[in-house]
Amino acid sequence: MSRNLVLGGLLSSLVALAALVSFVWTPFDYAAIDIPNKLKTPTGEHWLGTDHFGRDMMSMLMVGARTSLAVALVAVGIGMGLGVPLGLTAAARKGSWLDEVIMRGNDLVFAFPSLVIAILITAVFGAGAVNAIIAIGIFNIPVFARITRGAALSLWEREFILAARVAGKSSARISAEHILPNVMNLLIVQGTIQFSLGILAEAGLSYVGLGAQPPTPSWGRMLADAQTMVSFAPHLALIPGFAIILTVLGLNLMGDGLRDWLDPRLRVART
Amino acid sequence: MIRYSLKRLLSLVLSLAIASVVIFAVIEVAPGDPASFMLGVNAQEDTLAALRAELGLDVSKAHRYLAWVTGMLSGDFGTSYTYRTPVAEMISDRLWVSLPLALFALALSTLIAFPAGIYAAARRGKAGDMAVMGATQLGVAIPNFWFAMMLVLIFAINLRWFGAGGFAGWDDGLWVGLHSLTLPAIALALPQAAILARVMRSALLDILGEDFMRTARAKGLSRRQALWRHGVRNAMIPVLTIIGLQFSFLLAGSIIIEQVFYLPGLGRLVFQAISSRDLIVVESVVMLLVFAVITVNFLVDLAYALVDPRLRSRT
Amino acid sequence: MSLLQIHNLSLSIHAFDVLKGVSLTIAPGEIVAVTGESGSGKSMTALAVMQLLPDSTRITGSITLDGVDLLTQSEGQMCAVRGAAVGMIFQEPMTALNPVKTIGDQVMETILIHKALPKDQALARTIEVLDRVGLPTDRFPLSRFPHELSGGQRQRVVIAMAIALRPKLLIADEPTTALDVTTQAQILDLLKGLAKEYGMGLLMITHDLAVVADMADQITVMRHGEVIETGATQRLLRDMQHPYTRMLFEASNHQVTLPTVQDQTPLLTVQNVVRDYRLPRTKLFATPGHHRAVDHVSFTLNQGERLGLVGESGCGKSTLTRAILGLEPVQSGQIQMQGQSVFTGHSPNLAVRRDMQVVFQDPFGSFNPRHRVDRLVTEPFHLLDTPPKGQERSDLIAETLLAVGLSASDATKYIHEFSGGQRQRIAIARALIIRPQLILFDEAVSALDVSVRAQILDLLVELCEAYNLTYLFISHDLSVVRTVTDRVLVMKSGQIVEQGETEQVFSNPQHPYTASLIAAAPQLPELHALQSEHS
Repeated sequence: MSRNLVLGGLLSSLVALAALVSFVWTPFDYAAIDIPNKLKTPTGEHWLGTDHFGRDMMSMLMVGARTSLAVALVAVGIGMGLGVPLGLTAAARKGSWLDEVIMRGNDLVFAFPSLVIAILITAVFGAGAVNAIIAIGIFNIPVFARITRGAALSLWEREFILAARVAGKSSARISAEHILPNVMNLLIVQGTIQFSLGILAEAGLSYVGLGAQPPTPSWGRMLADAQTMVSFAPHLALIPGFAIILTVLGLNLMGDGLRDWLDPRLRVART
Repeated sequence: MIRYSLKRLLSLVLSLAIASVVIFAVIEVAPGDPASFMLGVNAQEDTLAALRAELGLDVSKAHRYLAWVTGMLSGDFGTSYTYRTPVAEMISDRLWVSLPLALFALALSTLIAFPAGIYAAARRGKAGDMAVMGATQLGVAIPNFWFAMMLVLIFAINLRWFGAGGFAGWDDGLWVGLHSLTLPAIALALPQAAILARVMRSALLDILGEDFMRTARAKGLSRRQALWRHGVRNAMIPVLTIIGLQFSFLLAGSIIIEQVFYLPGLGRLVFQAISSRDLIVVESVVMLLVFAVITVNFLVDLAYALVDPRLRSRT
Repeated sequence: MSLLQIHNLSLSIHAFDVLKGVSLTIAPGEIVAVTGESGSGKSMTALAVMQLLPDSTRITGSITLDGVDLLTQSEGQMCAVRGAAVGMIFQEPMTALNPVKTIGDQVMETILIHKALPKDQALARTIEVLDRVGLPTDRFPLSRFPHELSGGQRQRVVIAMAIALRPKLLIADEPTTALDVTTQAQILDLLKGLAKEYGMGLLMITHDLAVVADMADQITVMRHGEVIETGATQRLLRDMQHPYTRMLFEASNHQVTLPTVQDQTPLLTVQNVVRDYRLPRTKLFATPGHHRAVDHVSFTLNQGERLGLVGESGCGKSTLTRAILGLEPVQSGQIQMQGQSVFTGHSPNLAVRRDMQVVFQDPFGSFNPRHRVDRLVTEPFHLLDTPPKGQERSDLIAETLLAVGLSASDATKYIHEFSGGQRQRIAIARALIIRPQLILFDEAVSALDVSVRAQILDLLVELCEAYNLTYLFISHDLSVVRTVTDRVLVMKSGQIVEQGETEQVFSNPQHPYTASLIAAAPQLPELHALQSEHS
């Protein structure tokens, strides 16, 4: 099962590496227009070919990875940063009005898919990559709140938590000292999954123009640009598509691998 | 059962009320005055005031909110700032594309996912399971709009089995309409089916470990009989949750997919509205989408009670 | 001729030997008990007969049922055997039934899956067997769902499913372990009666030697996958050949002698305590009902006294325990330690809490798996104003670990490195380390094997001598309470129905409920009397 972890880790770090390298080096300037060389299929010079403005696909892809990873990472950060404390609080105050308010609030946020949030924000404030971050981030909050609360609730039933209460510890302290460390593995695994979903969502949003705006390259917009040319230049659509698939696949494999690796009990149960 | 349904209904109404306040409040934050946007910068002050009165913008916010909500309840969604036509009409035309598309995709996704998930769980660890899991791993990673482009490339442009885009409408019969929605529905459904199949499989595997499955085997049921008679219905509880969530993804997804196929659905409407700052249309479409999601989740809650007798007798 | 013959059965899972050369026979109508501590392989033996083993199991030997070797049967042939020729009952009635199907459907399924009877006769048979196991359809309609029944009733449904086709062999794997004593007695009676009535062989798997001695014709004692000793019950009880068997029986009825204390200063006083739980509303606009878990309970616990609290599940003893610990608020009444209330307003009184510690039941769930023993046992230091630090702290940890029979070097280990019994010692160390005035033992030995339980009881006596402990011992196990307490409270439906000197209450119960509890608890025969002729 660690094959998943290795393969997923390799794919993910490859994408991360491409994104990092793009800060200091890309084969070409990603925005440099070169009309005579437009719509080239992959050549020795342009490894992944050029688009309809003659821009180097490889360079755009590398910078696009930066956008995708950054948006997804910050969105997961927002989801975890707000969702986890909410989930811990709800579990610690199980059955109280606070728990009820948090959980009902979660249900309500769940009723707004990322796309709907992005539509609202864009309608009011105009388009931009920040919209995508906020939209995906907001949608991540209830995901993490629910999963944290669910795991924490079963921990609160355990006797070692009772023992800590008998030792006079406050519920905030118990949450930090006993609950959080014991749900961390679960959160790491869910974090990887949400990260990959974030990349898919970002691609979708920028495809419909609700995400990163030109000239910032993003995988979704590269696909939107490719759409009208797909019949005569399919590589324009294939290449960013494969980039997305490989990244998401890598993250998902890594999530699966991490789950098995972090939880030895599952190693037996899942085979 | 009645108590449970009433309680769910109450929470449905409450959710809708709060959602409408949130949507209204966000739209209110938007800078600029719709009336001056519509008439341009050189408009006369009195024409502006007349237009504001016509659009119902000259009263207090609370008043406007109430007018909006009561209007929606009676089917009046206001007048489009750009086209000066009733929003309700614009939406209902588009809804006849988006809603069938989402439902078509949901049906496809369920029809593919259930057998695949059950098949994989029954052959846990064997080649069939590995094949299904590998396919779903890939399916989960494919963006649906990219998949849609590939479908167009293969089935519309190269094989010419389907049109590359556009919608034939429902006037020439159900089949014609469905035919033009087939590729979009497949594009939407396959990635979702991958997720659903995985959930189905893991829910079944969890249930295979339950004590009552061993009891069933001790009665003389074969593995397969036990899986079908005792596993599947219990597995429906987590699966229903995902189906509920999927509907909202499918609805949102259909808005994106419409762009690939040039379908005249809610997506096209809302993106045009955004670019022309027709906020009342955006507001109404968003409210409609949220209404659909909340309602579907209400239906899922009711379905839980049908599956699980413990819910029927409890609160 | 024997009905079931297991011959030289060996079984391994992932190269781990679970059974080694197990042999045993059952004649028609005979009750054979297989007993042993956890890990003895007794349940695996039962599952091997059913051929319901994990996929990676390797098995050798033979299991012959009515002249047919089950190990040579195909899976399809085994399906025809299970439920028809062999029925099986499991330990956990709460989870053994499918929650989304009615009890009628689940019982009838046994009949229909074997195509034994046409549908209308199958229905009649279903009604008949449910009636036979004590669930007549006029009070328990076939349309009931499992969650609408109690644990004992669910176990009856499981029995009905197992006997619906009158199997020749019935296997019962710890059938009463999860049940209360009075329910246990009824279920055991039912099983005994069914075996006799149908002439069924009964293979009974249980760790409870009192149950074994009470109902088995033959006893097989197992340890680490091997049969240690086997024989007719009366003969085996009289003349145990193997020292392990002797140790097991002695540990099951382990008696300790508590040091005497003469102090009449009240330490803990509980006065008129009431704890209500709100029930979910049954009608939409009706005021919700209440469940009174603790109903006007009053008692006093004196300094140095060892008080027992017995009662069946749901009687309110756990709620009372939590209320005393200040973990749950009470609606009315007073709980005071040396005149100070355990609860001030809505928050627990920490000054009182430091004089009270608790040892829980589950040796596996009582510790945070991520912390080392030194951190685990010092958790109650949080209650002290000036917790000991540095050398003082490590000295105290070492002293306490030694006191509970562990070594000082155990302080740096993680909890998964310890066995169940050792963990319970660590739990006692955690309770002891701040030298509380009162320790609550909440079913503290209930999850342990008998030999380990005996050692922990011995440890309790040692600690009583060394530290002059005062404790409240909460348990459903009457024989344990009888030996480790001076005085006992009997609780039923939230009320204390009887209290008094332990010996007096047990030998001469005043309340009919106490009498029924004592009567229902299976008792080991006096081994010394039986063995007198041998020795």
